[in-house]
Amino acid sequence: MSLIFDKSAPGRNRIVLPPAEPDCCSDIPDELMNTGLDIVDVSEPDMVRYYTGLSRMNFGVDTGMYPLGSCTMKYNPKINEKSAALEGFTGAHPLAEPDCSQGALRLCFELARDLSALTGMSAFSLAPAAGSHGELTGVMIIKKYFEKKGEKRDTILIPDSAHGTNPASVAMCGFSVKEVKSTPGGDVDIDHLASLLDGSVAGMMLTSPNTLGLFDRNILAISEMLHKNGSLFYGDGANLNAVIGTAKMRDMGFDVMHINLHKTFSTPHGGGGPGAGPVGVADFLVPFLPAPVVECNHGMYTLDYDRPDSVGRMHSFYGNFLVLVKAYTYIRMLGFEGLREVSRTAVLNANYLMNSLKQTYNLPIQRTCMHEFVLNDKDIPNGVTTNDIAKRLLDYGFHAPTVYFPLLIPGAMMIEPTETESRESLDEFVRVMKRIRDEAEGDPELVKQAPVTTPVKRVDAVAAARKPVLKWEKK
Amino acid sequence: MSYISITDDDIREMLGVSGVSSIDELFADIPENIRSNARCDLPGPLSEIDLDRHMRSVQSGNWLIPSFLGGGVYHHYIPPVVDHLSSRSEFYTAYTPYQPEVSQGTLRAIFEFQTIMCRLTGMDIANASMYDGATSMAEAIFMSVRDNGKRKAVISKTVHPNYREVARTYAWAGGIELVEADYSGGVTDIASLEGALQADVSCVVVQSPNFFGCIEDLKAVKDTIASKKINLIVVVNEPLSLALLKSPGSFGADIVCGEAQSFGNPVAFGGPLLGFLAAREPFMRKMPGRLVGKSADLDGKEAYVLTLQTREQHIRRERATSNICSNEGLCLLRAVLYLVYYGNKLRELAQLNHARARLLRNRLLEKGFSCAFNRPFFNEFVVTVPQAEAAYEAMKNNGFNSGLKLGRFYPEMEGALLFAVTEMNTVEEIDSFFNILESISY
Repeated sequence: MSLIFDKSAPGRNRIVLPPAEPDCCSDIPDELMNTGLDIVDVSEPDMVRYYTGLSRMNFGVDTGMYPLGSCTMKYNPKINEKSAALEGFTGAHPLAEPDCSQGALRLCFELARDLSALTGMSAFSLAPAAGSHGELTGVMIIKKYFEKKGEKRDTILIPDSAHGTNPASVAMCGFSVKEVKSTPGGDVDIDHLASLLDGSVAGMMLTSPNTLGLFDRNILAISEMLHKNGSLFYGDGANLNAVIGTAKMRDMGFDVMHINLHKTFSTPHGGGGPGAGPVGVADFLVPFLPAPVVECNHGMYTLDYDRPDSVGRMHSFYGNFLVLVKAYTYIRMLGFEGLREVSRTAVLNANYLMNSLKQTYNLPIQRTCMHEFVLNDKDIPNGVTTNDIAKRLLDYGFHAPTVYFPLLIPGAMMIEPTETESRESLDEFVRVMKRIRDEAEGDPELVKQAPVTTPVKRVDAVAAARKPVLKWEKK
Repeated sequence: MSYISITDDDIREMLGVSGVSSIDELFADIPENIRSNARCDLPGPLSEIDLDRHMRSVQSGNWLIPSFLGGGVYHHYIPPVVDHLSSRSEFYTAYTPYQPEVSQGTLRAIFEFQTIMCRLTGMDIANASMYDGATSMAEAIFMSVRDNGKRKAVISKTVHPNYREVARTYAWAGGIELVEADYSGGVTDIASLEGALQADVSCVVVQSPNFFGCIEDLKAVKDTIASKKINLIVVVNEPLSLALLKSPGSFGADIVCGEAQSFGNPVAFGGPLLGFLAAREPFMRKMPGRLVGKSADLDGKEAYVLTLQTREQHIRRERATSNICSNEGLCLLRAVLYLVYYGNKLRELAQLNHARARLLRNRLLEKGFSCAFNRPFFNEFVVTVPQAEAAYEAMKNNGFNSGLKLGRFYPEMEGALLFAVTEMNTVEEIDSFFNILESISY
């Protein structure tokens, strides 16, 4: 299949625009004018057929089970989309005065309040546009806090199981990273942590539950050690789906955290965004939140810019507002009990799946898991690897798990079913995983060649990187 | 209502397989005192019917009236094909295209976006989007610092004030010094810019059309920094202007970044937006964010894949070019659909925007208002209004959001309004605006 540019021919596009006077641009000097605009020239029918075709080359949550660990690919309710398409929201200009934007400000105010209630944090900023943007904001808050206190601390601790965004966010704030080891049981190695704690440590970032899908059994001890050292505790909320309504992040000892609304709060991933990564803080960090902050005075919602200790502005305006609308809709739909049911079911589904698969695949850490668990390709015969298994799953109509992450488990397959999968789809996944294991024994080439039923077969990523072609050029 | 698919019978059996007798047991690793404090007050749950009604009531709190507001987000017509095709859930319920065999739809759309943005900006490479214009500019500055190792950036005061604020936040965190260059006559003051150019300057950042709507003299800016090994970063926050105006690349820009919301995305209270970042070829391995490259599958069939990932956080961790992971994928898809729908007729649309803006501007001048700056513009311009506050309020009471009050951003511009005019502001609307303006006293 060719690209849209291959369908272009002069004169195909027959759309008609309202007329403008022929000399309407005479006031712009010629030397500033573009004379060679070349985008594409296609008709609407051709375009619709082409992009409908593209959509059919894609796999989404609505297509099939998407057990992508740490990404929380749950069902995206359609009422969310309907809410976010309301003209009162899509048509609101961010620079209109607050008296024209009371609906939008109210929604932001109430959403921040609800996220605070659910996590135990004192306040939230909704400005960060994605999880990693939230991390960056949170680490800046830590930096500002110590700057204000006049303490020079230049190190942030990060467990070896962490997402790559954690160290990358830390580096953007000028901190250096020290890695904390995990124990064979999947908890933070407390002794190693103790050996790293000194006056240079500004804080530690921990995903809770962690990326092995485990709840750190020493969490309160870790919190105490950090706080005794004068350091702050950052909670990465990427895996909040496991504990929403069941445990508050503030009670685990976190001082600052972010939430991925596009995970726990069911807003769609959109093929890579837009997400939203609100940042919550304990009371003593509230002054450092990004500006502006939405406030409510006597029933009127306003934007407060007068925040002298704020880290500053993080977004062109106030964040990914329509994503916030979707998360707000979801919270209203479920209420507290519904959200509690989310974490309880997500954890049950994951444990059921783990226990159904642990005889067939190696389970490196044998513990009750939270919302996800990690298998690997140890003992898979005939040189069949995690990557082969992931690709073969595509042939059977499943998305692949997260593979080769976390880094401390070689050949990791991180599986997160989420609460919205039915018993039948979980059982089907188990059946297929067992069948792939059998294929690895009996017909390994079949697995190594996979996928064969997808729109394209295995793609050569090495060639793409060796000689990058990053745009279409006329032949 | 909830979205859980398992039944009470399933739960019993699944607990058995899991070797526990209750769901609570699965949470035993969480200290009991934490679990027992989890309850909180939340509104709801609502039935879907009541929720729908509630959301309509919340949105009605926004008062949408005809407006001439721009300043970084623009109200343009969105063709139904954009909503229709981007609403296909194979697109919007997909994750980042890490498994290329089942993501060719997303990957091809990104590749097409990269191609079109290169053509519009005159750059060699473009990435798969940033969060928004402001963060794309901050990342462009970081990229320039990585490129030449110098840690100072000079930003013109005609760059969007919010973008400059975000740049200040990022620069403070990353240990980069920012210096601002003044403006005169509505554009960057070349003498002030020259004065700011010390040896350690990594880049000069200008916006065109700038925050006042004026088209900057990019040639003069480039001449000022030529031979100094300083990168020229050009910010564009009304990308429709690129269909009418010569590309920043043709004036010697090294990096072009900004906001592409105008392409198929609603104003939406300022988000989600669509940051873009494009650059010359030597920046390829220094770019933040995702890049899609062309490759082939095992059978030699054309296929697309995320590439040069060793720049990115999931591989390079603290040595990555940025921490960005999720970007604005669906907004990018909407932009591609919009750009393909208009195709080369985007130029006509840009002309129409300029024509409507010129109409409003000329009529304001006829009425005796004065333009703050006498420079070529695209679809925004600044008008000085006597008793601006009173005029603004009076017009609002008559159902018009006149324009953006600039005093909030530039104290010296008290009494000036920034007007943005797009194809959505009809001739009739402009007439009606004038009739009211003439009839009211303030």
